[in-house]
Amino acid sequence: MQTIGTWLGRGLAAAGLMALGAASAQSVPKPDMGKLLATGGVSQVEGAGGGGLTPWALITGYGTRDSYGANAHYTVVRTGEYALDTYGVAVGLMDRVELSYARQAFRGTGRNNPLDDVTVRQDIMGLKVKVAGDAVYDQDRWLPQIAVGAQIKSHQGISGGILNGLKPRDLGARDNSGVDYYVSATKILLDQSLLINGTLRATRANQFGLLGFGGDVHNHYRLAPELSVAYLFSRHVAAGLEYRAKPRSLRLASDEDAYDAFVAYFPTKNVSMTLAYVNLGRIVEALNPQTQKGPYLSVQVGF
Amino acid sequence: MRTQLIKRVLLGTVMAGALLATQPARAADDAVFQAFGGKEGMARVVDDFLVEVQKDPRIAMFFAPTSIPRLKVQLTEQFCQLTGGPCVYQGADMKSSHANMGLTHAHFNALAEDLQIAMTRAGVPNAAQNKLLAKLAPMQRDIVTR
Repeated sequence: MQTIGTWLGRGLAAAGLMALGAASAQSVPKPDMGKLLATGGVSQVEGAGGGGLTPWALITGYGTRDSYGANAHYTVVRTGEYALDTYGVAVGLMDRVELSYARQAFRGTGRNNPLDDVTVRQDIMGLKVKVAGDAVYDQDRWLPQIAVGAQIKSHQGISGGILNGLKPRDLGARDNSGVDYYVSATKILLDQSLLINGTLRATRANQFGLLGFGGDVHNHYRLAPELSVAYLFSRHVAAGLEYRAKPRSLRLASDEDAYDAFVAYFPTKNVSMTLAYVNLGRIVEALNPQTQKGPYLSVQVGF
Repeated sequence: MRTQLIKRVLLGTVMAGALLATQPARAADDAVFQAFGGKEGMARVVDDFLVEVQKDPRIAMFFAPTSIPRLKVQLTEQFCQLTGGPCVYQGADMKSSHANMGLTHAHFNALAEDLQIAMTRAGVPNAAQNKLLAKLAPMQRDIVTR
């Protein structure tokens, strides 16, 4: 899985570069940047177009069904005893297909933290396909925009601190790498200036996959619901709340549900900034009994 | 004679009921129109909107062959009706009026953006802006032909 993930990741990165190159090439049409501001969402923590924690059914970028869009993002989360850094690229094709690639590094911090200096890395390749509805145009229908997606996560090992050189399997996980599958439904209720998203994720991931897949509690896929609600204050600003459930397969990983409250700012179609306060619950309760909460900041640039 | 009376009473009841039903509903429905500043405010928004689209390189060409004063009257009428104002749009339906223009999603959205800019400049509250956009958005299906 890891080699497949890495291989696919390289292919995807190449495709992304080609799309970026194509933007400047004469033979390929210029990106139309034709979608309305903010309607590509921001980059969620695993690199897909969405909110902060959750993928949405919206296709990333500003390309309409006649064009394409692409973007890059950097996201930092700082809780009391951990730091999560994610960066990645994503491409939206014909407002139908989204490909994304992200790299996560999760690090223990603080002198009194037994996991100080432990760094866990994983790469995530994402695929999303819009299958029905249109979140913006279908204001007179109840049908939301619906997309199905997969996040192929390949573990890149643990380094530093007391866990140096270990893999998630050494900590009780059944697999180091794995795949999450999800279906997302996004409805923009312009009449109420609201965006609502519901995602149902089939997953075996422990702490987003950073602690591997499956474990000593159970080893099957569980359905984990995720919810986002945002109020559209203007075409430049949206703010809201999110919730993401986790499957709890591994005894070591407390895997408590995550929440956040966010404000996203879209000054232009080329840049967006998301500031949030996130609560990831307890991560490894045996070592850090504190609930892990703190600021989340994400910047996306693209077209 | 007696049936006549019953008819009158029934008619009266229905009319009173209709009046009661429409009175508060009318007040609420008209709130968006009022948020635009009534007929005068709406005309100002449409004025500014048409200035905006005519200098928007993405869509200006579609307005070149159009009579702007006539379009102004029609759009003001249409937006007035869509926001619950006391108007009836008398222009052509969306499908036939955009039939041979070859418009794309990007064109449609560019127009929506220019409208958002004009509404914001006129100080129309965002919630009221979105209520008008909610009425306009599904028209995409008749307007976009490419």
